[in-house]
Amino acid sequence: MSFVEYGDTIKDGDTAIVFLGHESMFPVKVQHGSVTQTKYGVIRHSTDLIGKKYGSKVTCSKGGWVFILHPTPELWTMNLPHRTQILYSTDISIITMMLELKPGSIVCESGTGSGSLSHALIRTVAPTGHLYTVEFHQQRAEKAREEFREHGVEHLVTVTNQDVCKNGFGVSNIADAVFLDIPSPWEAIGHAKSALKAEGGRICSFSPCIEQVQRTCLAMEEYGFTEINTLEILLRVYNVRTVSLQIPDLGKAAEDNSSTGFDSSNPSHQESPCANLQQGTVQFKSGVPLREVVGHTGYLTFATKSLV
Amino acid sequence: MEGGPGARIREGDCAVLKRDEVFKAVSVLRRRKIIFEKQWFYLDNAIGHVYGTTFEVTSGGNLQPKQEVEETTTETKEAGTDNRNIVDDGKSQKLTHDDIKALKDKGIKGQEIVQQLIENSTTFRDKTEFAQDKYIKKKKKKYEAVITIVKPSTRILSTMYYAREPGKINHLRYDTLAQMLTLGNIHAGNKMIVMETCAGLVLGAVMERMGGYGSIIQMYPGGGPVRAATSCFGFPKPFFDNLHEFPLSKVQSLLSGTFSTETLPADPEENALVEEESNGLSEEKQTSLQETEEEPAPEAPMEINPTEEQDTMDINAEDVEFKENKEKENKENVREKQIKQWERRKKLKEAAALLREKNADGLIVASKFHPTPLLLSLLEFVAPSRPFVVYCQYKEPLLECYTKLRERGGVINLKLSETWLRNYQVLPDRSHPKLTMSGGGGYLLSGITVVLEKDKCDSSNSEALKMEEPSSKRCKLQDLPC
Repeated sequence: MSFVEYGDTIKDGDTAIVFLGHESMFPVKVQHGSVTQTKYGVIRHSTDLIGKKYGSKVTCSKGGWVFILHPTPELWTMNLPHRTQILYSTDISIITMMLELKPGSIVCESGTGSGSLSHALIRTVAPTGHLYTVEFHQQRAEKAREEFREHGVEHLVTVTNQDVCKNGFGVSNIADAVFLDIPSPWEAIGHAKSALKAEGGRICSFSPCIEQVQRTCLAMEEYGFTEINTLEILLRVYNVRTVSLQIPDLGKAAEDNSSTGFDSSNPSHQESPCANLQQGTVQFKSGVPLREVVGHTGYLTFATKSLV
Repeated sequence: MEGGPGARIREGDCAVLKRDEVFKAVSVLRRRKIIFEKQWFYLDNAIGHVYGTTFEVTSGGNLQPKQEVEETTTETKEAGTDNRNIVDDGKSQKLTHDDIKALKDKGIKGQEIVQQLIENSTTFRDKTEFAQDKYIKKKKKKYEAVITIVKPSTRILSTMYYAREPGKINHLRYDTLAQMLTLGNIHAGNKMIVMETCAGLVLGAVMERMGGYGSIIQMYPGGGPVRAATSCFGFPKPFFDNLHEFPLSKVQSLLSGTFSTETLPADPEENALVEEESNGLSEEKQTSLQETEEEPAPEAPMEINPTEEQDTMDINAEDVEFKENKEKENKENVREKQIKQWERRKKLKEAAALLREKNADGLIVASKFHPTPLLLSLLEFVAPSRPFVVYCQYKEPLLECYTKLRERGGVINLKLSETWLRNYQVLPDRSHPKLTMSGGGGYLLSGITVVLEKDKCDSSNSEALKMEEPSSKRCKLQDLPC
């Protein structure tokens, strides 16, 4: 297995995802002799994991069970240890498409952060592309290198520990695309332009604040970027639910003593107003929005560097 | 059409014309009149230039690369503070429609026309700087017609199709497509199953993300797959070596083990494969033909010959040579048809074999059909622990799909979603979301396959419960021992 190539069976050294139930999962480093504690009991790697097919159900010591999933950048994004705020798959998807990334693409990224986008970029440019990622925090840079190694993708990525605004990406005229997720992206636009191929390429800057976006767009214009476009994208999830709505008692059409149903002198009405009706409820399936959703992540600004 | 940035426009390419936010895909052919954004021109002069070059249309309909012009906006212009005294009586522009036409006919450049309009506008100097800016932009857009020729990509084509022909792609908005490609973990080396009726746009997007590595089996309704958009991408020929196709109408037989290539109707399907445009028609033809002509298929090519020979019999002796040539031609045609048929059967067998392995790395569905039957059958061909994504223009069919998938089991992490997309205008002191927005871009149902347990007893029931999102009742159930 690797994050860029599917494997069928779980092997020693793999990073697998343990799935316990709805939105409850965590990554695990598969190792001979190791055990993993879950709320359903213990998982023994040697007997329960190694050699099993990905997607299998594994019964834990207490009797409960889990599914073991093959890692993907999307599952990693949902489960990775956060060292910084990360980008989620919704933004990652549109970034990937708008930067026109594909196998063989050369991409530059800063900052590496927790590696959420990095893993997705590596997956997209594999097997012939490369990711040059710059992180100014030394420990984060080191942790990223470690993770890429563990995930079998170190040959596709170069982590550089420096400040992109001062020293750029460490490469010039080779990138098809540049991505910036830093506090002052306008300071790195010049470096981004020189990292991009002479014939042209795409750039994207992600900023939570509109003021940052304004400065960045101005800088992009000054450096001759074209097709400057800013957008935002939000995910709306729906829970599928069967809903039952009660039919109100509107009484009977004919003149009758027991018409309203709210007659306090009649004790039987107080208990169940619908008791008189044959069909008390109507059922239907609905896609119900969540109570609280993500309302903002950041603005995405895309532009093109072209020859002309 | 290889190469990223720096690739040059070549004859025969599919290129995309761009003017501001308007796109149009065209074939680059010499002496072919192109009409785009109220202008007509030939692409001949564009051949050899780098993609991304911006052109102007000269009189005579030829393209000329646009020269970099010095912007003459360094002097501070006279401007007003607000519009309280500006009356819109439609009389502020002194140049008439005819005056402007005369300028155009004289061959005056668009830039000059805009300058003339500004000078002949009585209210221009009273406008605020922002309003002047907006006015200039608007006039430039109308009179300075520049066209950029860009290289097709998923980004360009999906934006183009959504703006121009959304009906052809079931109103799949480009950001929704972007989600599908990522949620589906589409990457080099995958073995993908794609079922789409989006003119081949989704197939092309998947192919672009796979870079020619791995394989794709495209499921198709009717006589053959529509790949109009796919050819626009300009993929190199090797990309198509591992692209297979398989008819939906044979899926049930494949799943039940009764699939055989012997029961294929011959010629009608052959004709249907060629006619991409009339796919709708051939669909109807196809279903009725398949119902009636099951057995005599291998006989069909032979039957044509006797009747043709009958016709040629009536011609007099002078045309004996002609008749002999005709016979040779017929025999060749028959042989050709037989070879084609044999090749098609071979490809079909290959595709069937690939599907039978039931180890696909993912499934993408984006069609006009109800998603439930498609998903329930096609998921059988997907390996466990692999993602699948279904697109539907409407939410309700996906609600049903979700329910049926829960009943089936073998899937986890089901999610029904849509994305909300908003574009912004970013200008100093004038930043705000744009005025118009897409009302909807379709819905997605995504999930991950797991090993499907055949015994449908309590275990699958509690499994379904465990997979449900917690509601007030559910929380209690989850505490029960499994």
